[in-house]
Amino acid sequence: MTNNRREIWVFGDYRNYFQNRVTLQLIAKGKELAAQTGADLCAVVFGNDIDEWVWEYTCHGADRIYIVKDESLAQYKIEIYAALLERLAREYEPDILLIGATAFGKEFAPRVAKRLGAGLSADCIGLKIDKEERLVATAPAFGGNLLADIVAPDSKPQMATVRPGTFKEIPHNDNLDSEKIYIPLPDDLPEERVRLISSEKIPERGVKLENARVVVCGGRGMGSKRKFRNLNELAKLLGAEVGATRPVVYSNWASHDALVGQAGKNIRPQALFSFGISGAIQHTAAITDADFIIAVNKNPNATMMKMADVAIVADAGQVCNALIKELKKRAKD
Amino acid sequence: MKLVVCVKQVPMVSELPWDAKTGTLKREHAEGMMNPACKHALEAAIRIKEKHGGDITVLSMGPSQAEEVLREALGMGADRGVLLTSRRMAGADTLATSYTLACAVRKVCPDFDLILCGAHTSDSETWQVGPQMMEELDVPGVACVEEFELNCNILRMKRESDDFLETLEMELPGLITVSTRHNIPRYVSFAGVENAFDEGQIEVLDVEAIGADPARIGIGGSPTKILSVYSPTAEKKGVLIKGSAKKAVEELFDKFGDLLGGVIGKDLA
Repeated sequence: MTNNRREIWVFGDYRNYFQNRVTLQLIAKGKELAAQTGADLCAVVFGNDIDEWVWEYTCHGADRIYIVKDESLAQYKIEIYAALLERLAREYEPDILLIGATAFGKEFAPRVAKRLGAGLSADCIGLKIDKEERLVATAPAFGGNLLADIVAPDSKPQMATVRPGTFKEIPHNDNLDSEKIYIPLPDDLPEERVRLISSEKIPERGVKLENARVVVCGGRGMGSKRKFRNLNELAKLLGAEVGATRPVVYSNWASHDALVGQAGKNIRPQALFSFGISGAIQHTAAITDADFIIAVNKNPNATMMKMADVAIVADAGQVCNALIKELKKRAKD
Repeated sequence: MKLVVCVKQVPMVSELPWDAKTGTLKREHAEGMMNPACKHALEAAIRIKEKHGGDITVLSMGPSQAEEVLREALGMGADRGVLLTSRRMAGADTLATSYTLACAVRKVCPDFDLILCGAHTSDSETWQVGPQMMEELDVPGVACVEEFELNCNILRMKRESDDFLETLEMELPGLITVSTRHNIPRYVSFAGVENAFDEGQIEVLDVEAIGADPARIGIGGSPTKILSVYSPTAEKKGVLIKGSAKKAVEELFDKFGDLLGGVIGKDLA
């Protein structure tokens, strides 16, 4: 062991705005955990133009930053990154390694874990240290219908990917400082066997739905395309965005951009109105972060109704119309 | 083309029996189905076979009833079904699962060109088994592939990843995981599935047959341990409103008008 300090590591994922934010969120949470175990919070960052991120991680509270800076790392290369992180983890032996559950993180973390023979909890929405100083990670299953508390006490390190938006970042503070450890790129890393032919930033679309404070979501229980369109009027009155389930998108009642669920968008509104949705996991997985759910369905036993804070047993189309009427009456600004 | 598709049987959640008292799922009473993303992976494999020829081996690890999803796969167009089943394989996390599946691939289809997995499963939702199999088998691989094109032994793939539209290329043999966005599974007639149930042969293999190290499989080969499983819905307010649409809406505003007004920034009381 070359390192007699205890450390919690956060992998620096920075490729876009949300990847950067989840890194900062993990630094904040990691620091809280580190305080409990007497560890230092360390960020690890690979790339070429990364001074900006080193600075950012410092100002958000990292005690120490491991940096591998090289032109050949300018683009995310998963095999090289995995081999490199494995090597650093073996050398410095952090207790815990946290990675954001971004698209990249969900592919990258399992590969690193496999190389290290470490246990990895997926897409976690809670992290804590228990009395035995183990990392307890809370992972959703069955589309958030169940939560599992998972430990991997014998694995080095204990690993988790964490859902973006789960934790709050520490505000930026220019006066903070960190220890920076520059590590030269080893010359015996494996060749990248997957070639990146092109990578284009997708123009912003539908981001509105993902960040909306209020979402009105409709399923096949709305009955018809015509009735489904009434949700647009309701959404206008609520200042909401409209989402849809997979069957609705397949039936062409709504565009694919409106799809809430696997292969579509994850939403995290403060209020979610759910109309005529039974609650297939492909959908419920994407709404577990909604703060307050009002579900309308004829079937009180639908999964969606069980997930709701308020379950209204009635016809979805009729309740939509009644809501429109009532809102017009009440909200006269 | 030698194609291998890994499929998992998962509980059909929309049909899941809930235990109202504890707010948990009665998993043992749940109907099984083929995990949706696995079905998309199988569809992708069938499309490759239709265009380039070859054969498809479908592989599943699970209890003996997982044979159902293998027969369904045969009904869709797979050529061979292999079931890995053993009490000792149970309780595997993704590390043990990826090891076990990789052992089986080496045994039943060592000269594979392409392995296809679903990007994620609907029950445990880890997204981890495919990427960990890439490591275990030491082949190039890409997760969450949406569209692809095969040219000789070069696979060109497209996917959306963290706001980027990526085009990637790799030489086969390799492994991809398939998202549910494309490769919509074909409809299989009831008669087709029936035939697969009557005629299809499923090979059943255990730990020894695939040459797996008993220490690396099942619960013993899994570094992660589940401490407890619980339902988050228990914390929900769970107010039930019945009656006509008009009455229901009035009751909603009476009880939660302040809360909703606060969120949308209007006075609704």
